[in-house]
Amino acid sequence: MEWYSIDTWIVVIAALAAGACALLGNFLVLRKMSMMGDAISHAVLPGLAIAFIVTGARASLSMFIGAAIAGVLTAVFTQWISRFGKVDEGASMGIVFTTLFALGLLLIVQGADHVDLDPSCVLYGAIELTPLDVVWRPTLFGLSIEVPRTALVLAGVTLFNAVFVVAFFKELRISSFDAELATTMGIDSKLMHYLLMTLVAVTTVACFESVGSIIVIAMLIVPAATAHLLTDRLWLMVVLSVLIAIGSAALGHMSALTVPAWFGFADTSTSGMMAVMAGLIFSTVMLFAPKYGVLQRFVKRTQAVK
Amino acid sequence: MPELSDIWNVLILRDYNTRLVVICTILLGCACGLMGGFLLLRKRSLMGDTLSHATLPGVGLSFMLLVALGGDGKSLPILLAGAGITGVIGCAAVLFIREQTRIKDDAAMGIVLSVFFGAGVAILGVIQKMPEGSAAGLESFIYGKTASMVMSDFHILVFITVCVITCSLLLFKEFRLLCFDENFAAVLGWPVKFLDILLLTFITAVTVAGLQAVGLILIIAFLITPAAAARFWTNQLDRMLMLSALIGAASGWIGASLSAFFPRLPAGAVIVLVAALFFVLSMLIGTERGVMIRSLRQSQLEKRMGRQHLLRALYEIMEGGRVTEELNIRTVPFRQIRGRRTWSDRQLRDYIRRAYNEGLVEAPNKVDSILLTETGLVEAKQVTRNHRLWEMYLIEYADVATSRVDRDADMVEHILGDKMVTRLENKLQAYRIAGSLVPQSPHPIDPGD
Repeated sequence: MEWYSIDTWIVVIAALAAGACALLGNFLVLRKMSMMGDAISHAVLPGLAIAFIVTGARASLSMFIGAAIAGVLTAVFTQWISRFGKVDEGASMGIVFTTLFALGLLLIVQGADHVDLDPSCVLYGAIELTPLDVVWRPTLFGLSIEVPRTALVLAGVTLFNAVFVVAFFKELRISSFDAELATTMGIDSKLMHYLLMTLVAVTTVACFESVGSIIVIAMLIVPAATAHLLTDRLWLMVVLSVLIAIGSAALGHMSALTVPAWFGFADTSTSGMMAVMAGLIFSTVMLFAPKYGVLQRFVKRTQAVK
Repeated sequence: MPELSDIWNVLILRDYNTRLVVICTILLGCACGLMGGFLLLRKRSLMGDTLSHATLPGVGLSFMLLVALGGDGKSLPILLAGAGITGVIGCAAVLFIREQTRIKDDAAMGIVLSVFFGAGVAILGVIQKMPEGSAAGLESFIYGKTASMVMSDFHILVFITVCVITCSLLLFKEFRLLCFDENFAAVLGWPVKFLDILLLTFITAVTVAGLQAVGLILIIAFLITPAAAARFWTNQLDRMLMLSALIGAASGWIGASLSAFFPRLPAGAVIVLVAALFFVLSMLIGTERGVMIRSLRQSQLEKRMGRQHLLRALYEIMEGGRVTEELNIRTVPFRQIRGRRTWSDRQLRDYIRRAYNEGLVEAPNKVDSILLTETGLVEAKQVTRNHRLWEMYLIEYADVATSRVDRDADMVEHILGDKMVTRLENKLQAYRIAGSLVPQSPHPIDPGD
């Protein structure tokens, strides 16, 4: 395996994206809304299309805003349909995101067909290319460091999410576990819900515009679910999930470079391997976790029978 | 705008290509609608989403296998088989995680979706750099190509959908029990796990066949939207499934025809939007659980409750806490009624006006008191008796404390049918005070002054 500074940057960027997602993912998993990341990643398409048709350019800020609005609307519509129509939350999420995606597809074909706005290239940024876009070259201890734009953006997002989670930790915790108790304690759990959803939408859009949607979907769910099997304490779960996310980012890139070579192939996609590594970590924890692992439960059950 | 004759041609499926596409989408809509009904009732609507993403590694792996064996890797049945195998493995993984750990359904589906899809992306990444096989065409496997279906796609699709529809109709009784009461089915000795996997295998088959023909998003929508729309119209499973299949087929037909009229409308997207339109309409005007019918029922129930509460309040005030043969009918001031119930002025006035219009009460001094009429008295007796019967039933059979029973009875008495009243009456014969229609209240009554 040959390691260049570019590989370091890929790992740093992947770790930042994964950390930002994992922070919020804990609360999605606890609220049984894990599929939100997947839903939003499809549902942003009309936002992108409208932003493009209105401004007529692939300016990243306007498209970012369009996508973020579409993401928040997904959460709002899902909530409405499941409340007013008494539809199962998963089903209403599915209806909302497929409809929005279809609408986006239609808009793109109608309004922006002749320019290069094809859904796969909008939806899937490539993490391998991110270190090439260098915007800042500080010198530290005589070393000149080339900081890519994505690293700065994602560092901002991660920091913001971390501040949000720390500042509203109590509110998030109570409203995730018991929304009614939160209301009686004077916490606006609906406001917390929409704040969280807005952050999820913004983070999702910011991440997959740069590193691809598969990282986002995987990192919103897998590290948090893994941490959920390891501990009953929320703060520990948040910390563990971030560590697992960073771990799968590093392992993911390394395995993307090395694993295919074992079978005589060239390297493969980092984002795909990151999801696979997160899955491996999850499976290991699922089997061997000290309290909630499958083996431990099996042992307990056989002991109870004796 | 298309000519009238063009529209006619599309509707009677004269054009060969249109005919293929329309028949395919109708069949697929029908099969997915049916399967989606089962998924919705098992609260697993997003399983289709998970499944369709979980097929990707199967496609990649079977492509690599074919290339390793010396082919060019473009054999459709083998790619489909690979997709189906990883799809079923994905489903099994979701079930395993759900059964064996404390991870909930939604997270289990999300984990499988993202990990399998990630594996698929990684495998495609390897394939793209393979010297011998170009991965071109594998991508379109995920996105589908509704408008350019060919005869071989058509055969596969028809075969699979017809098989699945037939099998699930044959196993209808088993699947129905699985959806409503899994544990009961297990107690009866049915192979619940096997049935569960079988149902998911059918869904995988439909998904795989459809994915390749119409694309991922349309399949996900087809598995969710028609079933959710049908749910608003009926509470019966067989009717719901029929309706769901019908809505799926109808949106397939309308959407595919529309996209045939206007060449710039992608068929998959139009079908999804048509299905969504069906959903929104059903949600508003559905006759069983639609928004309008439910709010209508709610307001009717509130009116009925208000009327019954008013009558009982009047009766109990006149009764004054004693059980007497003859009630002394007198006018009751509003103030006293308000003391018995937590109504706002507006509500109270509203209920009184309604009762007045129905001839249940009259207002001799017009200002601030009312008097029960003959009909009003008969109904008030009935209502009070029902309430007391309920209270006794709850104390006797449901172990509700005497001090709470008034409120609990309040919550259920309005939905009591005549048959139930008769049964309760017979059961509680002993409690009836000789000669009186209305039994004594089991708890002291606040006079309301």
